[in-house]
Amino acid sequence: MAKKEYAFYPGCSSQAKSSAANYLTSVNTMCDKLDIKLTEIPDWNCCGASIGYAEGGELPRLAINARNFALAEQHLPGKDIVATCAACWLGARETKERLDHTSQLMKETNEALAAAGLKYEGKVNIRHMVEVLIEDLGYDAIKAPVVKPLEGLKIAGYVGCQTNRPFGIDGESFENPKYLDKFIEVLGGEPIEKYEQKVACCGGALAFSEPEKSQKQIRDIVESALDHQAELIVTPCPLCQANVEVYQSEINRKNGTKFAVPVVYYSQLMAVAYGSSAKDAGLNGQLIRTEALEKIANR
Amino acid sequence: MSDLNTQAVARYKNNFLREVEERVEEGDMVKMCMQCGVCAGSCPLGPHWQHSPQKIFMMIRAGKREEVLTSDSMWMCTSCYNCIVRCPRQLPITHIMHGLANYAHRLGIAPKGQPTREFAKTFWNNLIKKGRVNELTLTLAHYFANGIGPGIQIALNMQKIGLGMVLAGRLNPMEIFGGHSVKDLNGFHAVLAKAKEIEDRKKGFSA
Ligand code: SF4
Ligand code: SF4
Ligand code: SF4
Ligand code: SF4
Repeated sequence: MAKKEYAFYPGCSSQAKSSAANYLTSVNTMCDKLDIKLTEIPDWNCCGASIGYAEGGELPRLAINARNFALAEQHLPGKDIVATCAACWLGARETKERLDHTSQLMKETNEALAAAGLKYEGKVNIRHMVEVLIEDLGYDAIKAPVVKPLEGLKIAGYVGCQTNRPFGIDGESFENPKYLDKFIEVLGGEPIEKYEQKVACCGGALAFSEPEKSQKQIRDIVESALDHQAELIVTPCPLCQANVEVYQSEINRKNGTKFAVPVVYYSQLMAVAYGSSAKDAGLNGQLIRTEALEKIANR
Repeated sequence: MSDLNTQAVARYKNNFLREVEERVEEGDMVKMCMQCGVCAGSCPLGPHWQHSPQKIFMMIRAGKREEVLTSDSMWMCTSCYNCIVRCPRQLPITHIMHGLANYAHRLGIAPKGQPTREFAKTFWNNLIKKGRVNELTLTLAHYFANGIGPGIQIALNMQKIGLGMVLAGRLNPMEIFGGHSVKDLNGFHAVLAKAKEIEDRKKGFSA
């Protein structure tokens, strides 16, 4: 039996052939090595993301999140829900908080769920994968499987917004959360301690609708990492990952810059350090290839 | 001017604060603002906000209904939550901004063609169709929202990225024919319809 078991909420972006498919691959590899068992919530639906508000409104957004909770409670009783996407986690936690504290909204949400024969009992907990790693396993357990330390690799831990605010990870500050740096350290790499853009916002969904304004944010995030000679940026959030990686070429095209900093997930660092192949670490899913990690993986 | 808007004006007369309290998500917290100004410097796209959140709260109290609801500002919110963690009064500023944008959108008086408004609409419609987001049609729909000409120009600029994503296995060209979906789509739609019905009744959107 696996050491830890959870109800897994992958979210749209982590499905096969979606923008964060490589996140999913590396999370599966990482969990294998750490003896964590993830069982997908059967028939889960999208959380509505932060941008869902404008058309969706309040109750429809709460209700679709609660549908996932109800399915988890019914099919995977007693297991915490674990999300890998920062926005999914936030959307779900916000929903849970609001429902658990407002009986009127809870009642209305359950009225909506009843239309599909479902009921949310208010029992299930919502966690981010990073919380599971830190709180349920701990840094020593994260370190234990390391066989290929990321020696000499300078890595900027880009925490971004939504795993950091408003809830954040217990025991961390909003201004300077250290968990990504600690991950890098126990994996044998070198964190950039003074990364100014660590908790800056990449523009989120507005990268789509306000590309110029968001690309300015992204440029700062990449530039600041380069100022500290970082070879890689690591993030806990699929939208951050996509925004910061994908738009570098657009920024280059418009400004004549030559940015090409790889952006990876913490789970990819772990997969490589734990000795898995480049493929199992999802490194073939990078738009900006990360040769330094590939080299370690192929060693 | 939309009917819903005319009805709302008639109902609340000059009491815009009460309208916000009753109809905008988390709007009942607006009165807690003490105008300290901390939130005004928090927004990543700050220079593009004509009215900062602080100013918007002041305008709500001053009854500047039209100016607030037709403002472009709330649509600049990136959901970064900088403001929430700093506000000494713990106002759920992010949600109030979203709530105001949603309310103005539902009344039909939000700025026309506002790109984030358009994107948000496309996003939601995309997700409710199958219960999961189809990233390919989402991207296409967004780029082509302004018509075929500008759409093709943007698509050409972004083509390398799109192709790269396909090659890296992160965008599925087959999604255009369907793609990911929840199985109990009827149930999913029934939940949504019921939730919308209740919300519309509560917020005065249904007759
Ligand atoms: S946040 Fe994004 S990835 Fe997560 S479920 Fe919502 S839309 Fe899908
Ligand atoms: S950094 Fe960007 S993608 Fe990540 S949570 Fe913030 S807005 Fe979202
Ligand atoms: S930080 Fe809070 S109290 Fe201060 S102006 Fe903004 S909303 Fe009002
Ligand atoms: S969440 Fe929105 S309102 Fe708050 S600081 Fe960020 S952009 Fe501004």
